[in-house]
Amino acid sequence: MEEFLFAFLNGDILREAWPILWQGFLYTLALSAITVPLGLAGGVILALLSTSGPRGIRLAAAAWTDLFRAIPPLVLLVFLYAGLPFAGIDVGAWGAVAIGFFLNTGAYYGEVLRAGIGSVPAGQMEAARSTGLTRGQALRHVILPQAVRNVLPDLVSNTLEVVKLTSIASVVALPELLFQARQAQNATYNATPIVAAAVAYFLLLWPLVRLISRLENKAMAGR
Amino acid sequence: MGGLESFLFSFFNLKVMGTYLPLIAQGLGLTVILALLIVVSGLALGLALALLRACGIRPLNWLIIFVVDLFRALPPLVIIVLLFFGLPAMGLGMSGFAATWLSLTLVLMAFAEEIYWAGITAVPKGQWEAARSTGLGFFQTLRLVVLPQALRITIPPLTNRTIAITKGTALGSVVGVAEILGAAQSAMSFSANPSPLTLGAIAYLILFIPVVALGRWVETRFAWKR
Amino acid sequence: MTRPAPSPAAAATRPIVDARGLWKRFGPLTVLKGVDLSVAERELVFIIGPSGSGKSTLLRCLNRLEEPDDGSIHVDGIELLSRATDINAARRRIGMVFQSFNLYPHMTARQNVMLALRKVLKQERAQAEEAAARALDRVGLAERMDHYPAQLSGGQQQRVAIARAIALEPRVMLFDEPTSALDPELVGGVLAVMRELRQDGMTMVVVSHEMAFAKAAADRVVFMADGEKLEEGPPAQIFGDPRHERTRAFIRQIDRH
Repeated sequence: MEEFLFAFLNGDILREAWPILWQGFLYTLALSAITVPLGLAGGVILALLSTSGPRGIRLAAAAWTDLFRAIPPLVLLVFLYAGLPFAGIDVGAWGAVAIGFFLNTGAYYGEVLRAGIGSVPAGQMEAARSTGLTRGQALRHVILPQAVRNVLPDLVSNTLEVVKLTSIASVVALPELLFQARQAQNATYNATPIVAAAVAYFLLLWPLVRLISRLENKAMAGR
Repeated sequence: MGGLESFLFSFFNLKVMGTYLPLIAQGLGLTVILALLIVVSGLALGLALALLRACGIRPLNWLIIFVVDLFRALPPLVIIVLLFFGLPAMGLGMSGFAATWLSLTLVLMAFAEEIYWAGITAVPKGQWEAARSTGLGFFQTLRLVVLPQALRITIPPLTNRTIAITKGTALGSVVGVAEILGAAQSAMSFSANPSPLTLGAIAYLILFIPVVALGRWVETRFAWKR
Repeated sequence: MTRPAPSPAAAATRPIVDARGLWKRFGPLTVLKGVDLSVAERELVFIIGPSGSGKSTLLRCLNRLEEPDDGSIHVDGIELLSRATDINAARRRIGMVFQSFNLYPHMTARQNVMLALRKVLKQERAQAEEAAARALDRVGLAERMDHYPAQLSGGQQQRVAIARAIALEPRVMLFDEPTSALDPELVGGVLAVMRELRQDGMTMVVVSHEMAFAKAAADRVVFMADGEKLEEGPPAQIFGDPRHERTRAFIRQIDRH
């Protein structure tokens, strides 16, 4: 038991590692604040292209979505970070994360939003157009708000996945929470920093998990 | 070298690809094995938890909900790192393969439990009552009447979630598992050329595009006719 | 409409259902306030009353789908509420038909009927298949045996549900508003099946708003309001000369429709 506490819940080591863990935590928050909007933007573009573009573009958007849903995000990230420089293109760790998340989480958000737009009855667009709204106005003011409401549980759930996914940025040495915890663990030969990081992730994301459960139950009950 | 030529030399270098094809193919095999193990153990454990929860024992259910929430909230890579780098401090070292398997199994278990449970509660109360009124017991009703209906509506979300989580096998590369990404990365450093990475990406596409398409098909196929 | 005259002998036999002093509360709401109900063999008892009167709850207590807070229920001599009673064994002697049919959507009509035959009565497949075919034939659905519920009309689904119950050869059948969820043109087929059951001597307890059916087929009508049994008697008396003010108001309202 003592050994367990020493190795996993060591107060001294926690105090020592606290400053860099806290920095890592803030870094994770900042990463999320950037990757979630990026992914959402990519998703909205993909969803609009795959529901209302010309046939060729619709198919291309669907293929694009499937492509980036099939490639593991870590593979994409490693490719952007370690592969591209061979061709003389160095986007850096930040660039790799930004592009990778735009492509990967964009595809997931795009799929969710596409389903949401599909769930809005065609009559809504017709009604909106009949009152003189342009196609773009109708999409923005009539279709998208309903679409988002219909797939809210999936959107929130996807957002949880994006925040969790920021942990792979540790692989390209961005100093987010997991990376800092690994550094601290290497320096101290003790697992406490990683346990602390896990606890921090849990405390940060548990409310989101609960919220998703409630939204999903509501959606299930409403069927 | 021109731009295109240099691009092809870097990313589609047939000579490099030929050399490392066997290594990547081995990685592909390992990914498939790892993925299958995760799917089987994760889905089975998830179902077991959901059935346990259906028994309605209060303190046990709180525990189940907590465990499920825990593994839904933690990033898979954090769990892998904790198991691989953390447990040896306890004298409980495990291989990177085992750590990846166990971590993703726990994550899939959590998500699957949640989905199974939603499916079970979505079966109307009248189904329970009708079955019980003919003398079927609780477990008979669960197994013969409720589960077949619950499983059917859980197939689409379960398929999508399973695909997403098995793609996490790539995280094994971080703890030295020579699955596709791990193999491709070693090949890349041996050859000083990123073509193996292209090969790895292609391997993932070969593996997962059919699965993603299957997920989409399942979604339309398994809608309940009411 | 014809019905056999209630045999004087029926009244003399011991009751097959004997419920006494049933109380049931849902939170702050008391739904049953010490209700007694006894049903003789081969008797058809009709329970009527305004919504919220507790009639469905009473019916659901009779096979313990609802657990009464107090009271006793004997069915065919077995004390249902006793801890020692094997409720699953007892329930196969008590058939139940629900307002919403509750057929199993993943099974054909015949599989719906066979499930309890196989799993509760432990019959061999061939025997269960034959019994199911017979039960479905009795409700006039021999040709629809291999259809799934979604391929059947509401009336046909309800007849399958009746077949599912009678295949177990219950001693008593409970009907919980069996025609309320049906389109008017489908009600007749279900009532015809119930009438045949009654002619074959099945003991039945029916909660329903089909007053014409009650007048024609019931041996006794029970009027409930606010969780209490206010009066009971032969249909002619309850519909023609109700004693209680609440009953009179209820009958008047029904007649206006």
